[in-house]
Amino acid sequence: MANSFTCNIVSAEASIYSGSVEQVIASGTSGDLGILPGHAPLLTSLKPGPVRVKFDGDKEENFFVTGGFMEVQPDVVTILADSATRARDLDEAAAEEARREALKAFNEKSAELDYTRASADLAEAVAKLRTIQQLRSRGR
Amino acid sequence: MAAAKEIRTQIGSIKNTQKITSAMEMVAASKMRKAQDLMKASQPYARQIRNVVAHIADANPEYRHDYTIARDEVKRVGYIVVSSDRGLCGGLNSNLFKAVVKDAAAWRDQGAELDFCALGSKAGNFFNKYGGKLVAAKSGLGESPRAEDLIGSVKVMLEAYDEGHLDRLYVVNNEFVNTMTQRPVVRQLLPLSPDVGDDEQDQENARPQSWDYLYEPDAKALLDSLLVRFIESQVYQAVVENGACEQAARMIAMKSATDNAGDLVDDLEMVYNKARQAAITQEISEIVGGAAAV
Repeated sequence: MANSFTCNIVSAEASIYSGSVEQVIASGTSGDLGILPGHAPLLTSLKPGPVRVKFDGDKEENFFVTGGFMEVQPDVVTILADSATRARDLDEAAAEEARREALKAFNEKSAELDYTRASADLAEAVAKLRTIQQLRSRGR
Repeated sequence: MAAAKEIRTQIGSIKNTQKITSAMEMVAASKMRKAQDLMKASQPYARQIRNVVAHIADANPEYRHDYTIARDEVKRVGYIVVSSDRGLCGGLNSNLFKAVVKDAAAWRDQGAELDFCALGSKAGNFFNKYGGKLVAAKSGLGESPRAEDLIGSVKVMLEAYDEGHLDRLYVVNNEFVNTMTQRPVVRQLLPLSPDVGDDEQDQENARPQSWDYLYEPDAKALLDSLLVRFIESQVYQAVVENGACEQAARMIAMKSATDNAGDLVDDLEMVYNKARQAAITQEISEIVGGAAAV
């Protein structure tokens, strides 16, 4: 059994990552998933959060997706992200700002508050912060 | 010299037209670059989701989504036709409509009725006159269309399919082969067929006959949203690809218009010079004749 498989991460705007990897860790809607080679076929939706891919033994790359789908085949993993960025391109200050804005929108409870929209914004901002913190705690 | 003056005015007006067409050519060339970038940017997503959907159509799921089941009897066929908003792009739109009409005529012969969804004002105009039912139209998408703008029209068609009004759904657009060549393609969106994917590697390692995915959270919710996303991404891809085709076709059309205007000016200049020389010769011979008579 080969100990690596192909991973493709695409967003609606661009192809973000494509390469041979040993493990993919993503946050599915019903919990975090770690995918190793030879995984059974799996189809899941993703919630906003980090995606980590590990390759070449100890190297890894971090991404942030705002939701989407992941398809797992034994030899290939495809992540169809609504939008994705490399985690190191995330701006912590902007994410913190977005979180505060979203919370404020909730608290004001104005009549025209679009509840689903606001909660999606909040979830996204929180997930961004989580990704940044994860990245930092591992000391890059 | 009356004839010569007329010719000169004609040359002047052709030169003006030439200036306009060459300006349009340059504008189209720069817009084409942008349109091509847009097309290339969204291509990976469209291709990957197509592969995933091909796998789904190939799988043997416990939950069969409505979109994966081919209906035996086809009573009504839907076409999403993507055209440009503006003309002056050669035969791009008319070739496309010809392809649609040919495909639609085949269905009509089998007794199916036709529904059209026109994206782009040229398609809107054409299918208003053509017959069949125009159920949705959207125009003015601009050079960088957004997926949100298309969702409404696509939804109309998907709902019609869900309710059983439509039994087949096609998307028609121009395929960007290269700058010189654009080809109209009619692709089936619904029901899904397993051969939508273009993954060659896939065909080689044939899978066991009955396999299925593990679904998280559950098959129904997941497939519902994934398949709608798939249709939207395919239509979006069709629109941006057609946009690149439009600019390329316009560039070529304007280039040949500029060249033709140049040829016309050359010809007219030749005629003008001949007329000028004839007038001079005539004048000289009149003077000589006059002198001899004295």
